[in-house]
Amino acid sequence: MPLTPAETILTILAVALGAMATRFTPFLLFPENRQPPETISYLGRVLPPAMIGFLVVYCFKGVSVTLSPYGIPELISIVFIILLHRWKGNVLLSIAGGTAVYMFLVQTIFVA
Amino acid sequence: MEQEQKHPAVRALAAAFPHTIPVLTGFLVLGIAYGMLMQKKGYDVQWSVLMSAVAFCGSMQFVAITLLTTVFHPLQAFLLSVLVNARHLFYGLSMLEKYKGFGKVKALLIYTLCDETFSIVSSASPPEGVDRQSFYLSISLLDYFYWVFGTFLGGVAGKLIPFNTKGLDFALTALFVVLFLEQMKKPENRVLGLIGIGATVLGLALFGADQFVLPSMGLLLVVLLAGRKLLCR
Repeated sequence: MPLTPAETILTILAVALGAMATRFTPFLLFPENRQPPETISYLGRVLPPAMIGFLVVYCFKGVSVTLSPYGIPELISIVFIILLHRWKGNVLLSIAGGTAVYMFLVQTIFVA
Repeated sequence: MEQEQKHPAVRALAAAFPHTIPVLTGFLVLGIAYGMLMQKKGYDVQWSVLMSAVAFCGSMQFVAITLLTTVFHPLQAFLLSVLVNARHLFYGLSMLEKYKGFGKVKALLIYTLCDETFSIVSSASPPEGVDRQSFYLSISLLDYFYWVFGTFLGGVAGKLIPFNTKGLDFALTALFVVLFLEQMKKPENRVLGLIGIGATVLGLALFGADQFVLPSMGLLLVVLLAGRKLLCR
C-alpha cells in the first residue's frame, strides 16, 4: 500500500467526513423541533421524484453515444424494462428481466 | 396467524428484504469489484472493508482509490468527497419529514442514506402491521450490510467467482428506472420526474460527465423554485 497505515486511516476518515457532511447537513440545519421554512417543506415534497430522475441519468453518465456501442445495450434494456413493467407491473421482475437482457447483450452481442 | 407471533423487528426485516433484492445484487457485484480493486492497489481486505464500513459512499470510494495511491492529502480528500456526495443534500431535504420523530435511530438512518436506500424509502411504504421506523431501518441496514459484505468478499475471494458477472451491476440502474416508472404512476409526480431528467441531461450536456452534478442540482433547484406556483397545486 502506497500510504502508511496512519495516513490511510486519516484519508478514510476525511472521505467519511465529507460524505457525512452532505448527509447530515439538512437535518442539522432544519431540526425537528422547529418548523422548517415553507420553501424547504416544499422542496422535501417535490425533490424525491425529481431526484430519482436525476439518478437514472446519473447511471448513464459514463455511456457514450458517439463511441461504439453508442449506448445501444442500455437503450434496449431500458425499453425492455418499460415494456415488461407495463405488462406485468412487478418491480422485481422488471429489474431482474432488464438486468438479464443487459448482461446477455454485453456478454454476447456487444462484447467490447 | 404465524405472522402475528413473530417479533416486530423480524416482521419489518421480512417486509423490507424484497425491496432490497436489486441492491443486494448490485452492491455485491460492485462491492466485490471495489474490494478486488483495492487489493490490486495494495490495500488488503481490512482496509477496503474499513473504508466501506466507515465512509459508505459507493462512487466516492472508487474515486478515493486514486487518493490512496498518490500523495497524502486529507483536506483534498474531504473536499472532493463533499463535491462527489453533494447529491445527498437533496436526499436529506426529502427525508426531513419521513424520518421525523425517530429518536436515536435517526442518526443511523442518516448515516446510511445512500442513493439506493433513498430511492427505495421514498417509493415504498411499510405494509400494514409493520412499524415504519423498523421498516426504514431494515432497508438502510440491509443495504449497508450488502455493501460492506460485498467489499469483504472482493477483498478475500474476488477471483474465485465462477461465472461472468459483466453487466450484473446494471441491477442498480434497473432499480432506479423501475422506481422512476413507479413514481410516474402518480400524475402529480410526472412533471417533477421529467424536470429531474431534463435538468440532469442538460447539466450533463453542458458540463460533461465529470462536472455535471452540481450544475444539474443547481438547475433543478432553480426550476423547482421558479415553478413553485405551478407545481404546488
